[in-house]
Amino acid sequence: MSAPFFKFGAFGDEASLVVAFAIGIGFGFFLERAGFGSARKLTDQFYLKDLAVLKVMFTAIVTAMLGIFYLSWMGFMDLSLVYFGSTYLVPQIVGGLILGVGFVVGGYCPGTSVVALATGKLDALVFLAGVTVGIFGFGEAWPAIAGFVNSTDLGPLTLPQAFGLRYGLVVFLVVVAALGAFKGAEAVERRMARREGAV
Amino acid sequence: MAILNETARLEPRSTATAAARREAAPYMNPYLAGVGLGLVLLAAFVVMGRGLGASGAFSSLVAWLVSAVAPAHAQANEFYADYLGSGVGHPLKDWLVFEVLGVLVGGFLSGLLAGRVQRGVEKGPRISTRGRLTLAFTGGALMGIGAKLARGCTSGQALSGGAVLSAGSWAFMLMVFAGGYATAWFLRRQWQ
Repeated sequence: MSAPFFKFGAFGDEASLVVAFAIGIGFGFFLERAGFGSARKLTDQFYLKDLAVLKVMFTAIVTAMLGIFYLSWMGFMDLSLVYFGSTYLVPQIVGGLILGVGFVVGGYCPGTSVVALATGKLDALVFLAGVTVGIFGFGEAWPAIAGFVNSTDLGPLTLPQAFGLRYGLVVFLVVVAALGAFKGAEAVERRMARREGAV
Repeated sequence: MAILNETARLEPRSTATAAARREAAPYMNPYLAGVGLGLVLLAAFVVMGRGLGASGAFSSLVAWLVSAVAPAHAQANEFYADYLGSGVGHPLKDWLVFEVLGVLVGGFLSGLLAGRVQRGVEKGPRISTRGRLTLAFTGGALMGIGAKLARGCTSGQALSGGAVLSAGSWAFMLMVFAGGYATAWFLRRQWQ
């Protein structure tokens, strides 16, 4: 076992901030490469014209998931030392819905708006001002909503645990679901392009 | 194949405005960009033992601003206090804050190399700039609230939690798409 490097004391807190900056550069670079600095490209997902959001996200999840699975199976990485957030089912369902609405209303999510700002989009700056005000509102409302935000705490629950399946089987099923989603996405895009052409 | 499709789709829009602005390079194939993003995410797990994030950096910013204006108020609030930490280090000396600064630099570098750095407001042809900016602010505020309710956004929950197969993250992700599709029709004048 040697990974995660930071958890095995390979470097300290100060150096971890340099790592954060470097990883952020990679993150921002690929978000922009994918076209996610553009609100119209992002929201085309919800008008079924361009399903790049689905394709990029699902591919990234599958890539990282397979890497984690393989590295821990080889004994190189200790998965138990990787941060794993608890599931708070109802707040996460409600939060996801609000976030989805905010995505179409605002045109970005927090990460992609940073990339859009970096490439000169003024609407991204206004969007980020909105994010900041939204978080401030949430913070001010905290005493009243804390009970709800902390409700339905299921602990650090994995999909394999939730469905009583083996980890490797769930990994396989996610890959199959991704391949199916990609095939479907390509078909939908072809169909929408034909319809556009006919008008 | 997909690269060709991408180029073809962008052609009409870019030729129409070719005289007005510099030709921007086509976007990367989405599957290739996804693999790149996935490897960056994997690197975060292997090197740091944690995933990526975005909204958390803005929570630190808000907590710091509130504590600068009203220190006692911020300390008495569990939500802000969580982001202010023990008070030993500066609240902005935080992993996610540095990561988001990197996102700003990485996004700019990629945009610069592709000729895509250009000042402007992005919107569909059927909405005014003022209307678009009002919606951008409103959407941002909803996003801030939703991300805090869900304990993360598309980066921290969907991507990072999704890759480690967190049940809550997958439930969250499905709901993001559900919320988006449910709203798309009402907002079509902004985008299409």
